[in-house]
Amino acid sequence: MFFYNLRLARMSLAKQPGLTALMVAAIGIGVGACMTIVTYVYALSSDPIPEKSDALFAVRVDSWSPDEPYWNSKPEEAPEQLTHRDAMALLESTIPTRHAAMRKAVYTVVPDSDDVAPFLNVARMTGRDFFEMFQVPFLYGGAWDESADASAESVVVLGRETNEKLFGDTNSVGETVLLGTERFTVVGVIDDWQPAILFYDLNNGETNPVEDIFVPFTISDQREIATAGNTNCWKDEQIDTYWDLLQSECVIVQFWAELETPQQKAEYQTWLDNYTEGQKALGRFERPTNNRLSTVTEWMKVNDVASNEVLVVMWVGFLFLAACLVNTIGLILARFIAKAPVIGLRRALGASKGAIFRQHLLEVALVGVVGGVLGLVLSRLGVMGVRRMLSDADRLTGMNLDLLLLTFGIAVLSAILAGLYPTWRVCQMAPAGYLKTQ
Amino acid sequence: MLDMQDISRVYRTDLVETHALRGLNLSVDGGEFVAVTGPSGSGKTTFLNIAGLLESATSGRYLLDGVDVSTLNDNQRSRIRNEKIGFIFQSFNLIPDLNIFDNVDVPLRYRGFGGSERRERIEKALEQVGLAARMKHLPSQLSGGQQQRAAIARALAGSPGFLLADEPTGNLDSLMARQVMDLLEEINANGTTIVMVTHDPELARRAHRNVQLLDGQLASPDLFARPAAADEVDLQPVA
Repeated sequence: MFFYNLRLARMSLAKQPGLTALMVAAIGIGVGACMTIVTYVYALSSDPIPEKSDALFAVRVDSWSPDEPYWNSKPEEAPEQLTHRDAMALLESTIPTRHAAMRKAVYTVVPDSDDVAPFLNVARMTGRDFFEMFQVPFLYGGAWDESADASAESVVVLGRETNEKLFGDTNSVGETVLLGTERFTVVGVIDDWQPAILFYDLNNGETNPVEDIFVPFTISDQREIATAGNTNCWKDEQIDTYWDLLQSECVIVQFWAELETPQQKAEYQTWLDNYTEGQKALGRFERPTNNRLSTVTEWMKVNDVASNEVLVVMWVGFLFLAACLVNTIGLILARFIAKAPVIGLRRALGASKGAIFRQHLLEVALVGVVGGVLGLVLSRLGVMGVRRMLSDADRLTGMNLDLLLLTFGIAVLSAILAGLYPTWRVCQMAPAGYLKTQ
Repeated sequence: MLDMQDISRVYRTDLVETHALRGLNLSVDGGEFVAVTGPSGSGKTTFLNIAGLLESATSGRYLLDGVDVSTLNDNQRSRIRNEKIGFIFQSFNLIPDLNIFDNVDVPLRYRGFGGSERRERIEKALEQVGLAARMKHLPSQLSGGQQQRAAIARALAGSPGFLLADEPTGNLDSLMARQVMDLLEEINANGTTIVMVTHDPELARRAHRNVQLLDGQLASPDLFARPAAADEVDLQPVA
């Protein structure tokens, strides 16, 4: 009976192409708009590095003012960044499997070729562990070695785009590039790497693109490279020089550690507590000890990556879908009522209410499947539109298989929901009333 | 076969109460060909709808093949309609999008027959009504008489014991009407019970027995309430 009903559904939909197109459009547009928003929210709320997100920790120590918390809305949380000197102290710990202090900077890239004009590029100053810790794929070469970190060597890892701009599509390892006034040797070129959320730097924008230049963190000290990220201060300090900033209580450095086991984490937590206790003895860390190790997903929650506002937008998307469904209900009802004489005839010829119900539910499910395809196309276009409208959403990669299936599921379910009432209505029609009107 | 006892049917709205049937008593034996006549509004269609289980009586008892159908649920009534009753309508009621083969197939699908049995029954029924060569035609490609014969084939394909015909020749010219009546007589001669509602006295005369309805009751219940024996069939229409 399924294939018979499927054939009837196909014939019925083909008979009134205009009305069918309207129903498909109503479901497709509703699902498309809804899934565009869902895709965006999904990208914001999904784990960007599921393989090891539980072993990666944003490290924070609460060096903030004794008079007020760093976050007024979350007084229990420590500041999102560290002071430079705390970061340097934390780098001394040998407990983490890997760790990296990092800051954002901006470099002027001066190409050797006169054909390419100098351009500004966002850089990340960090340690060699960054690459392995965050599973950064390399196209050519690799991370710099430990000595480069220790002695602030002028080495650079380029992003693929900058590499192509400077060297074409070639392996540039061993070549040099002029960043500002200093020449750096290329040691590696990273391949396309686009985590859905820039989880390691949430305080500068969770959907910002990955930087295209990476240099050792220690360069920042020696070359006095200004930070391009957030600088937050609470203490009334005289900061006249770069060195003043590095020695101040201003928090400017992000810090991540890889801790593979609970024991390792506990040990590191103790180490941090001991460190801050030592600093308290020196007159710093006047707030209660509040050293935090947050996994990637915890860190995203702390930073409200999928905030309530975003979730509200998602509900608005579902409300829009509901409005489309109400329209669809009207269209389906009109269609089914027009079919009442044939339905009455089928009832007279022996179709039970259940048989009529199944036949017509399959018809609306078919509308849902076609609407789902349309919805998929529209949501794809919608995601592209979001990318254009929100420049910082550039890294939303679109829909994965889960979202594809969800789109179809929502479309078919929506169509079935929209079709339930009209289908129930036609099943309640007294067949006798329509047999003379055929 | 069909036994209606004190059947009433009342249609109610907020303001009006219409008594379509008032205590109707009628029995039809297996193999009979009964014509039901009466003026417009006399209750013929309501009688036919109740007889065909398309609607329920407000009160009274209706036995079909000894089964009290008033107690059956929708599924059971649908099954009886499908298995025991064949319908022939004035306006043929063929589904315009389906060809003749598929139209005849409709009740067989709900019966749950397999593909080969359905095909066999459809071909046999269409052959019986002389439309074997037209099974792939759409209804719109057939004449009125052919469409009604296709509808009869649909009614016959499930081998029902009981045919209900509602003005089966009402939309046909006299020649085609005669052909359809010949076909119904032939079907009846093969043992199928037929109850036919008609306005046409000429057609009613061809039935074994005439029943006239007036204001929802039998016009002459004493004379027509019981079926005549096979050897004393009354072929005269009721005046």
